[in-house]
Amino acid sequence: MELTVIGQTAGEAAEGGCSSSGCGGSSDQLSHLPEHIRAKVHNHPCYSEEAHHHFARMHVAVAPACNIQCHYCNRKYDCSNESRPGVVSEVLTPDQAVKKVMAVAANIPQMTVLGIAGPGDPLANPERTFETFRQLTEKAPDIKLCVSTNGLTLPDQVEELCKHNIDHVTITINCVDPDVGAKIYPWIFWNNRRIKGRKGAEILIKQQQKGLKMLTERGILVKVNSVMIPGVNDAHLEEVSKVVKANGAFLHNVMPLIAEAEHGTFYGVMGQRGPTHGELQALQDQCAGDMNMMRHCRQCRADAVGMLGEDRGDEFTMDKVENMEIDYESAMQRRAEYHASIEANREAQKQQSGQAFVALSSLQLKKKETRPVLMAVATSGGGVINQHFGHAKEFLVYEASMTDVRFIGYRKVDLYCSGGDSCGDAETTLQKIIRALEGCEAVLCSKIGYEPWEQLETAGIQPNGEHAMEPIEEAVAAVYAEMAGNGQLDEARETAQLQIGA
Amino acid sequence: MAYEIIESCVNCWACEPLCPSQAIFDARPHFRIDAKKCTECEGDFADPQCVSICPIEGAILSPFGEAANPPGSLTGIRPERMAEVMAEIQAR
Repeated sequence: MELTVIGQTAGEAAEGGCSSSGCGGSSDQLSHLPEHIRAKVHNHPCYSEEAHHHFARMHVAVAPACNIQCHYCNRKYDCSNESRPGVVSEVLTPDQAVKKVMAVAANIPQMTVLGIAGPGDPLANPERTFETFRQLTEKAPDIKLCVSTNGLTLPDQVEELCKHNIDHVTITINCVDPDVGAKIYPWIFWNNRRIKGRKGAEILIKQQQKGLKMLTERGILVKVNSVMIPGVNDAHLEEVSKVVKANGAFLHNVMPLIAEAEHGTFYGVMGQRGPTHGELQALQDQCAGDMNMMRHCRQCRADAVGMLGEDRGDEFTMDKVENMEIDYESAMQRRAEYHASIEANREAQKQQSGQAFVALSSLQLKKKETRPVLMAVATSGGGVINQHFGHAKEFLVYEASMTDVRFIGYRKVDLYCSGGDSCGDAETTLQKIIRALEGCEAVLCSKIGYEPWEQLETAGIQPNGEHAMEPIEEAVAAVYAEMAGNGQLDEARETAQLQIGA
Repeated sequence: MAYEIIESCVNCWACEPLCPSQAIFDARPHFRIDAKKCTECEGDFADPQCVSICPIEGAILSPFGEAANPPGSLTGIRPERMAEVMAEIQAR
């Protein structure tokens, strides 16, 4: 019996025979893509799951105007305590935005990417968006530029986009069927009129697909974002995934709807629920048969700053930025050196995790079928387990199985309770965390206190502080091997024996 | 006669470049329409442009002083439902 162990060595992983992202170690999520695409996303935290452990991004909120309305968006975007798309604290002019980018890039050495994502639609504010890009191409040539759009005016602006050295575009596509679209988009602004309902959705869909094709033809990488809205487009998104893949998108990011009454959005006010972790994962897995899926999106604000799991926007408000003295040349030099050290580190981790997979494969020599297990991980970046349980604002979730360790998603534990109506007032933070980690059987962190240890254990989640500072996938594989060794995962033993017999 | 922008405007800039008469200008606390310049888009467009792109219900008044985009017309949220939910949130 021979099992393919994906991720055994870096070289083998790159040639993995599986064409879906649902297969393969999470660090190899994009491994089957052509080399020129992998090179482009290699250090892009929003496009590469592996890169997001190491590199930072920022968004500048220069684009307040929008030309459509989505039912999950409230255009009164001036909120300060929320982290979700479309929300910002201050709208910037292009000049201010450029200043801010220079300041952040000089102070956060992990930074590789600048995106414009709102709070409206960047392409509905073409002068402000392109002026920002024009200045940055000149002043910060080492920063990658990218842009998100609803796609309505995209076909008309592809030429202009190509002029600005943008090699990544994200289009939010929630449907390819106007009847579904009519339940998501109440209106669009098109040819100087407001067009409501199905007719508006039909135009939007056409423009999105047309723009997608045009960008791909010009060699620009396109990621598609879709918001999963249970009962509205959840059953439809598998179709969307197929269509956008056929039209050239290289990555699909299905995100959960965020809807709370206090956001004042249509869905929030009407009581539309978001998907559960399980529903989201199931849909992502369904789409993964045809398409590369992105699962590490944090649905960040249109003015987010820092690594994906964090927002350091408060350190870079305009009044602070105005007073910063920036020597960009030397900052750029420092950043290049820092990135080189990150790369060396990543390479070393790849070698190490190769060893872990060998260890995992030796486990399989016992010819025992073991079931997959979800594990939560506390990390503050760098791709290693380096965060105290109590300091984690989010946990990354990995699925370990006999063949590989793959990244599944993340669970936020501070801002929102994930359960909607099942969210009780008397719940302690720890209970909330335990509920957020539902489905996980272990939690890996650098350290953990006695009290949470006991409660986690009681809840069936085994805390583990034994793998501090180890690469995540290696540690998850090791814990899985240990669980398997202890006979904790033998549920499917009988089938395994049958297979061996055959 | 002219349209008027009032305080619920969120300064999103969407209307400003669309105005055929350059009657809309950036002001604080909110954008304004120069009543002397506003033509209600007569002769230029079938629909008044600012009203057609504005995302905020009630932010633009018609020449008769009524909300050009009345409550519920853009978001699809019935005003009664909105009031009910806001009351629930207040009571928490």
